Amino acid sequence: MSTRSTTHATFVLERTYDAGPARVFAAWASLEAKRRWFGPGDEHELDFRVGGSEHLVVNTAAGPRYTFDSRYQDIVPDERIVYSYEMYKDEDRISVSVTTVEMAPVEGGTLLTMTEQGVFLDDLDDPAAREHGTRELLDALGKAIADEAREVA
Amino acid sequence: MLNQLQVAPDPEGPPVEVVFHALADPTRRAMVDRLIAGPASVSELARPLPMSLPAVVQHLQVLERSGLVRSEKVGRVRTCRVDPAALGGAERWIAERRALWEQRLDRLGAYLAETADESEAQGRS
Repeated sequence: MSTRSTTHATFVLERTYDAGPARVFAAWASLEAKRRWFGPGDEHELDFRVGGSEHLVVNTAAGPRYTFDSRYQDIVPDERIVYSYEMYKDEDRISVSVTTVEMAPVEGGTLLTMTEQGVFLDDLDDPAAREHGTRELLDALGKAIADEAREVA
Repeated sequence: MLNQLQVAPDPEGPPVEVVFHALADPTRRAMVDRLIAGPASVSELARPLPMSLPAVVQHLQVLERSGLVRSEKVGRVRTCRVDPAALGGAERWIAERRALWEQRLDRLGAYLAETADESEAQGRS
């Protein structure tokens, strides 16, 4: 049985890219471009406009299916993208987040600032779930590393 | 931001920033990736890595401080393993989201570099 709980978290990541804001923005704005970097998905649909949605399903080797359902809340071309999303593990909603992506022209390119604010729901915090979950994280990490290696090769 | 992190003992386990810092380095990710497959000695961990044994031991120490990896010495051999209890559910969620976004933003950089080459190549043709 799951224990009802909420945990709030925010994190911020920054990157400077050797490209203008318009090219960085364009990488988020079409499914064709986004598929090339956003990551492996078994299903991926994108309707990039305010009020539009994005749907991504990832089946993991360990078993669970993760579903991300996003809604675009604010889009300022070449400057800002704000979307909210729910994340499901199989049928359970495990988090609700707001992601803000900001692009600012800087010397040598574009500073991208990504802020994620989320609430993590109903921690299934028993040892078996922990072990299972950690393995998933590590599996995901291992897969990402393998993908990276493949791209480099 | 990362270099301001304090790696201090925490009665409630390592803060997620410490875990994230541990996973932010490609060598340490490779070490964790290796340990997912099963326990390994330090020399087994070091073998595929293009660096000295002391450098590998330093990376191992960061991983141990994060709580992700535990090691024990039996006789002359130090055996390392992943500790599945290192992360609570919420911390796992944050670490996973952050790690995923780090990877994505790296790939976005690679994609932008690739497409710059493409548009340049198109410009030349």
